[in-house]
Amino acid sequence: MNANLLPTGSAYFLTRETAQPERHTLSVLVDNEPGILARVVGLFSARGYNIDSLTVSETEHNKRLSRITVVTVATPKVLEQIKLQLERLVPVHKVHDLTAEGNGLERELALIKVAGTGDHRSETLRLADAFRANIVDATTESFVFEVTGKSSKIDSFIALMVPLGLVEVVRTGLAAISRGPEGM
Amino acid sequence: MAEKMTGAEIVVQALIDQGVEHIFGYPGGAALPIYDAIFQQDTIQHILVRHEQGATHMAEGYARSTGKAGVVLVTSGPGATNAVTGLTDALMDSIPLVCITAQVPTSLIGSDAFQECDTVGITRSCTKHNYLVKRVEDLPRVMHEAFLIATTGRPGPVVIDIPKDVQFALGSYSKPNLETLRHQSYRPKTEGDLDAITLAVDLMLRAERPVFYTGGGVINAGPEASERLRELAELTGFPVTSTLMGLGAFPASNAQWLGMLGMHGTYEANLAMHDCDLMINIGARFDDRITGRIDAFSPGSRKIHVDIDPSSINKNVRVDIPIVGDCNLVLEEMIRIWRSRTNEPRTEAIAPWMAQIEKWRAVNSLGFKNSDTIIKPQYAIQRLYELTKDKDVYITTEVGQHQMWAAQHFHFDKPNRWMTSGGLGTMGYGLPAAVGVQVAHPDALVIDIAGEASVQMTMQEMSTAVQYRLPIKIFILNNERMGMVRQWQDLLHGGRYAHSYSESLPDFVKLAEAYGGKGIRCDDPAQLDDAIREMLDYPGPVLFDVVVEKDENCLPMIPSGKPHNEIILPDTANIGDIIDEKGRQLV
Repeated sequence: MNANLLPTGSAYFLTRETAQPERHTLSVLVDNEPGILARVVGLFSARGYNIDSLTVSETEHNKRLSRITVVTVATPKVLEQIKLQLERLVPVHKVHDLTAEGNGLERELALIKVAGTGDHRSETLRLADAFRANIVDATTESFVFEVTGKSSKIDSFIALMVPLGLVEVVRTGLAAISRGPEGM
Repeated sequence: MAEKMTGAEIVVQALIDQGVEHIFGYPGGAALPIYDAIFQQDTIQHILVRHEQGATHMAEGYARSTGKAGVVLVTSGPGATNAVTGLTDALMDSIPLVCITAQVPTSLIGSDAFQECDTVGITRSCTKHNYLVKRVEDLPRVMHEAFLIATTGRPGPVVIDIPKDVQFALGSYSKPNLETLRHQSYRPKTEGDLDAITLAVDLMLRAERPVFYTGGGVINAGPEASERLRELAELTGFPVTSTLMGLGAFPASNAQWLGMLGMHGTYEANLAMHDCDLMINIGARFDDRITGRIDAFSPGSRKIHVDIDPSSINKNVRVDIPIVGDCNLVLEEMIRIWRSRTNEPRTEAIAPWMAQIEKWRAVNSLGFKNSDTIIKPQYAIQRLYELTKDKDVYITTEVGQHQMWAAQHFHFDKPNRWMTSGGLGTMGYGLPAAVGVQVAHPDALVIDIAGEASVQMTMQEMSTAVQYRLPIKIFILNNERMGMVRQWQDLLHGGRYAHSYSESLPDFVKLAEAYGGKGIRCDDPAQLDDAIREMLDYPGPVLFDVVVEKDENCLPMIPSGKPHNEIILPDTANIGDIIDEKGRQLV
């Protein structure tokens, strides 16, 4: 009888949420100060929002500003709340929904370790070349590749490496910026 | 000209420069330098509490009755963790607090030192903002910025965690310029969008079934906002209801007043919300106690929502006209635009609507069967109101049935006279809050309407009241039950009263005397008035034990998961059969 109850933030929200969740990339400009990352991720966990990917680094040293890129999956109503709740944090300057604005450039970097011998090695190198992956470490039994691109490209490359002796992967998470002359 | 002083002296000087007159606190090892600096000055009076939670609620009562920030000073570790409930309470109810927590020396942070805890980590989610000050150079800026953040925009609590070595360190102090503050991104928007306000007034000018739904935002926007609300209500002729937090912004004695709305609101207020064609929300947040079932909430209305916090808009309920701004400024604009169109209220156009409201009012949803032999809790509050209404009275409450009865049967004509824990629902709020209110208004009559269960949670602050000769009156509706829990067990759990009754209650009269106050007990309706007068006439703190009907239900009530028009009225029998399986899951 309660099968259609979904957690939606309000105890009284008894109706099924019909809107489909969407995947959006948010760019958040913040003061670079102790605890800012904890504030942002704490907000996501406290209010039950998802984080699919998170990238943080200082981007303007003189102004002590950092840029946080966060990929989240939520319904449009919740996405609006995420943006407004982030803007409520005192050290947050701006929040841009690059997916909604439709002009985002997204890149990710991955380091991928593949071990193998014989035919596998040459096949691995051919594919790496096709994906413009750089070799950043090599031994007689292994390679470490550096691949940059959209997340989907990295996903495909990793999938291809699985049968060829994939050992481990490390990814930076998404970095995103808007196209054109305007800054944030 | 910058002066050289220690970190502790900077803290005190900054408080003085902020106009702080009272702080509520409790000393401890890490806070000693600040306490030493307080000892050496006379501008700020420190109120020594008995438990740090008491300090935070006192500061809340102080803030809510004055509009100024309440200031708390506690030590590291347990001092800080004990303050967490009050900080969360202040965050939920948007109360400006500045809480200074001492911390172990910076060299010991992270070493699991004695009385160390991760104060900024613990309080991050229960404050509007918090700081760990690791350098004395940052202290003047942080102190002043904390007051700015606590008191502007949507107010809230701010924690400043100051390690002991920073309190000792020498630094230079000058009052910083606001333009040089660190967080240049913090600029709350106060003026509402003029186009949106104009559109809102256009809708108001065409409304046939309008209702003002007002909240704590009107109180937080200052007494002027309450004046403007009254002016706009008079100008339009529209009926007004309010949330628990907003009581007093509109006078209860006015004919346009519908009473409080929500789960225990009046029939007329809730039905007006359900059937209106235009809802004008001024500074309320569509809380679940108000909306009931969201998909059946006021289905036929257009909704205007004025709120200073953009994230409150469209959070629970989709609105047609969002206006982000300070209630006072937006009301001022609404009045100006209305006047530019007409000087006539819409009395005639909304006459059928007002007639309908009068029919709902005639149901008398706050009615109850009085008794000659036993004191009904509602009657006790009615008598308290009648016997105090000519005085300048401030009411605080604990949480539960007595709180709702107080909201229903005590009537407020002025803002900042009603202090209650709305969002967090903190039992134990009322007694310390009353202490805080009395500190701010030494000559006023301050009454905590309490329950015998709640009041025991912070009873120790009676000792604070006695120490500072604060003549607070604790009006305990004693039903030997956690009444609201008992009521819900009747509604939802077949009357199985799991741990909802108070066994081995203290003798409140002796308890009051043990603290050095006065105790009064009354269980006879015929003697109640005299006993209340005795309480009012006593010049010191009083614990008044009013022995009331044990199993009275707090009605009307909109049960969980029901829309406004399925409200339970006082003459309903068998409340245990009303809530279905879905509703049972809700809170």
